[in-house]
Amino acid sequence: MVELIAKSACAGLLPLKIGGLLAAEKDLGVLTAIMPFIGQDKAASDMLKAVHGVTLPEAGRVIGDDDTRIIWFGRGQVLLAGPTPSTDLAQVAALSDQSDAWCCVELSGAGAVDVLARLVPIDLRASAFPKGHTARSMIGHMNGSVSCLGSDRFLMMVFRSMAGTLVHELAEAMETVVART
Amino acid sequence: MRVQGKGLIDRSRPIGFRFDGHRYEGFVGDTLASALLANDVKLVGRSFKYHRPRGIYSAGSEEPNALVTVGRGAGAEPNIRATVQELYSGLEARAQNAWPSVGFDLMAINDLAAPFLGAGFYYKTFMWPKAFWEKLYEPVIRHAAGLGALSGQANPDKYDRGFLFCDLLIIGAGPTGLMAALAAGRAGVDVILADEDCRMGGRLLAETKEIDGKPGFVWVDEVLAELDSLPNVRRMVRTTVTGAYDSGMFGALERVMHHTAQRDGGAPLETFWRIATKGAVLAAGALERSIAFRNNDRPGVMQAGAVRAYLNRWGVSPGKTMTVFANNDGAHQTARDLLDAGVHVAAVIDSRPDAPDIEGVQMIKGGLVKAASGGKQLEAISVIHNGTTEQIATDCLAVSGGWNPTVHLTCHLNGRPQWSEDIASFVPKMGAVPGMIAAGSCNGEMSTAQCLADGVKAVECALGITVKVDVPAAEDDPYRMRPLWAVPGKGRAWLDFQNDVSVKDITQAATENFSSVEHMKRYTTQGMATDQGKNSNMQALALLADATGRGIPETGTTTFRPPYSPVALAALGAGAQGKGFAPERKTTSHVFSEKMGAPMIAVGLWYRPSYFPKAGEKTWRESCDREVGYIRHSVGICDVSTLGKIDIQGPDAAALLDFVYTNMFSTLKVGRVRYGLMLREDGFVMDDGTTARLSDTHFVMTTTTAAAGDVMRHLEFVTQCLRPDWDVRFTSVTEQWAQFAVAGPESRALLNGILDAPIDAESVPFMACGPVSIGGVKGRLFRISFSGEHAYEIAVPSRFGESLFETLVARADAMEGGAYGMEALNVARVEKGFITHSEISGRVTAFDLGMERMLSAKKDCIGKTLSWRAGLTDPDRERMMGFKAVGAAKMLTAGAHLYPEDQDAHRVHDQGHITSVAWSPDLERYVALGMVRGGSARLGERLRMVDGVRGIETHVEVVDPVQFDPEGGRVRG
Repeated sequence: MVELIAKSACAGLLPLKIGGLLAAEKDLGVLTAIMPFIGQDKAASDMLKAVHGVTLPEAGRVIGDDDTRIIWFGRGQVLLAGPTPSTDLAQVAALSDQSDAWCCVELSGAGAVDVLARLVPIDLRASAFPKGHTARSMIGHMNGSVSCLGSDRFLMMVFRSMAGTLVHELAEAMETVVART
Repeated sequence: MRVQGKGLIDRSRPIGFRFDGHRYEGFVGDTLASALLANDVKLVGRSFKYHRPRGIYSAGSEEPNALVTVGRGAGAEPNIRATVQELYSGLEARAQNAWPSVGFDLMAINDLAAPFLGAGFYYKTFMWPKAFWEKLYEPVIRHAAGLGALSGQANPDKYDRGFLFCDLLIIGAGPTGLMAALAAGRAGVDVILADEDCRMGGRLLAETKEIDGKPGFVWVDEVLAELDSLPNVRRMVRTTVTGAYDSGMFGALERVMHHTAQRDGGAPLETFWRIATKGAVLAAGALERSIAFRNNDRPGVMQAGAVRAYLNRWGVSPGKTMTVFANNDGAHQTARDLLDAGVHVAAVIDSRPDAPDIEGVQMIKGGLVKAASGGKQLEAISVIHNGTTEQIATDCLAVSGGWNPTVHLTCHLNGRPQWSEDIASFVPKMGAVPGMIAAGSCNGEMSTAQCLADGVKAVECALGITVKVDVPAAEDDPYRMRPLWAVPGKGRAWLDFQNDVSVKDITQAATENFSSVEHMKRYTTQGMATDQGKNSNMQALALLADATGRGIPETGTTTFRPPYSPVALAALGAGAQGKGFAPERKTTSHVFSEKMGAPMIAVGLWYRPSYFPKAGEKTWRESCDREVGYIRHSVGICDVSTLGKIDIQGPDAAALLDFVYTNMFSTLKVGRVRYGLMLREDGFVMDDGTTARLSDTHFVMTTTTAAAGDVMRHLEFVTQCLRPDWDVRFTSVTEQWAQFAVAGPESRALLNGILDAPIDAESVPFMACGPVSIGGVKGRLFRISFSGEHAYEIAVPSRFGESLFETLVARADAMEGGAYGMEALNVARVEKGFITHSEISGRVTAFDLGMERMLSAKKDCIGKTLSWRAGLTDPDRERMMGFKAVGAAKMLTAGAHLYPEDQDAHRVHDQGHITSVAWSPDLERYVALGMVRGGSARLGERLRMVDGVRGIETHVEVVDPVQFDPEGGRVRG
């Protein structure tokens, strides 16, 4: 019998520490795109609450913690991160495994927002994008997802195939920010 | 020369620098311009056209004359304005636009030829003989043209870009901007205060007037200290707001490292910011204008305000015997400041007979400076007064013709400024840029007290709030000025110093009926240099108004466009150089493929292996032929993960597929795959691919690599706009699955070596699909083929992609097969007549591809009706066929065109073209696909193939597109 060896999206690329800034690959667990069928938002939300303890987030919001997190992921789509979703959810929503589709990186440290200011064209000031906020936006030239996990802590997600580019862009921006402080 | 006791420079910290090879000394706080003037360097450059000597004229970013090249080697930067270049230890600058040197410039011969080189000389002179333009005139003119020169090497400097957000952007940190920032900052507003200077304060650093009973710069320091204590205020020095754009967006260039010698510490040379703000206060101040008179471009003729700035901020007097020429009271302060500092002022010439007196200086009221004299620097001026002309010896003349509000940014959204008779200048129109309030002297308020008050008012107006802040007491002198644009008289009086445009050029333009201000600008080139007319526009249009007999408001201004001051393209393109140009998408097999020595080719953003060379192989073709052999005779492995994969689920999933594909999918059985063709709304082919049915309500669609994004967008359009009532959901799973083709007669045997449960022809027949397990990892198996061979595609979650690829390749190697790349993949598909986007070029229909029967008659689909248009079903359309060479030359090339054998290779005889070509090692000849008029009706016909680009010609025979295994027996294994 063959044995297949798993490799993460950023294996060999991260962590990256420059000054007080740290970019590290984040293992979010199982990732499942949940797309409620027509008229099933409430049912899906109730079921999520009952089974996983999180509700369907509003647009632009992320709920939960490192064990179970649910990220708004675009029109009519959220991403459940952590547990394997209850099969009952398939009655009210389309479920699609995305565990291997995304390169997930957490950027932390003082100045993290200045790094992102060079890559993400949206308002990330604490007043506009506090903990619990998320957005689908550009990260450099890539389409991605950006979430605020706390003060000076951001989660970035881009297509797995673009991991090298994300790390390259982050490294450039981190180096710039550190050199300027 | 330095003046003791004056200036805000740090005299305890001297700095050495070089200009044109000579070593000089300045102090911390100097600009290159102030340090050169302190060292009595008057001649710093040459003008663009006539190569006339040029000296420092201003003290700011509007500088038209003192353009220098800073640094050496690849990173040398031309066209740096000496007035904004801060001095640092080891700075090296060179004069430019002169040969062999700025002191002795051979190109100055142009000035002698000036009578022949006036406005419009290009258009009149270089008309004939016709052939000379391209061969002689243009190369000569191009050689002579241009300011400064790049090194010709790749730019080694780092540039940076970013996005900033605020509630109030304050542009300019003079009295108005500082007061606005104080008011907004204390009110808790999120403020960005941007100023192009390295030190905030604007004119307050250049004047001796007091604020709140203390020197201006002291008040500035106090305000800055308070602003720095406020967390809601971000101060950005050395940052020029270059443009105003829609929806509260502004562009801003921050010069990050220009003031140091350091280039490799990780910090960028410049950062280009996009700033989004709710409101903006424009406090950009005003630019002093000149008065034109004969030879007024001599080094030593300067702005009066600049002379005060050099004296009060940098402790420098630009001359030993000073004179002042003005039409306003404000400029008199220049003489007073110079006298206070102990500098000799020979005379003040004021064009107004009723000008006030200045104690201790010779006042010539109602006088005019007729001409300047001197060679490479000013030596004397001729003053006409009461009908007599007097020569006054002077080495620096401070000129002031009044002030022009800096209205530029208010015009960037197509607004036009309006004429103010009070200050004889243009002022901004309210609301020209939504959310931006112009305040202070850029709004026509000319006293410090007015500016301070206006700053507060602007914040209230921009944000709709009331702020309580005490406005300090300050100078509130009236602005007394009587317009004077040019002194009449013979000789050339200069307006645009950079482009050598004189008063005479303007009147000549008017005479020749280039009377619109926009035409005059282009005819004379006035305002087209790097200062964009900051020093000459107002005078030029006033003189044009005079020459055409119109008023100034009717004449109007030219269009102010971004950027306000020059921006390096490297800054605008920051983040997009090199690897930043586009993301790289790499498959899970990328690293292993590179280890195998595979050269990569870009397919969209993806990188895919071209072929896998083996020892002893000299050309790609040898590798490719070997890899085709794997597919045809043993087993080959190819990463096909880049194909788009879309997970489609829901009760209406089948209905969606029926609607977007030409053929039927609702009838597809679970566990089966079907090939589908997709049309655009206009009836042309959009994409093709296979779709697998995993359950009644669950499909996985594959798209071509190139069109994955387009198909996704198309499905979004269909489900959001055309059928929002359908209960169907989809998302991309391209990145979730690593998928590999296992192709060839031995493919099943190979798979049975790795699958946890073996397969056979019954369990997985052609076009079947289903779940499999590989070492306990759940995957998917599809029995599909893009090569015409018995083949499969096997998919596993991407984390296992690399491992599975290595395993498959190792197993294939052991079976005398191996990995194959894009080249071999292409050969196999061309042999079989399978299409890619080489054929689906955007102008072919299903009919053109011989796939018209794939349009199901039982249902509607997108593009169906329009595909029936008469022109799209004409039997004479170019339709896809196969080709083989039958002439002496056996080479076929993609892109070559087809002609009848007895006709010229001329477009009117064009019969079609070759789209794809491959060398078939099994058929031992080239095989080609292409489009030919009449399609299958031409079967067996011979045509001429001519590749005009590569110079290849042969004869071809039209054959069936499927040239290998036409019966298709191999695919069923």
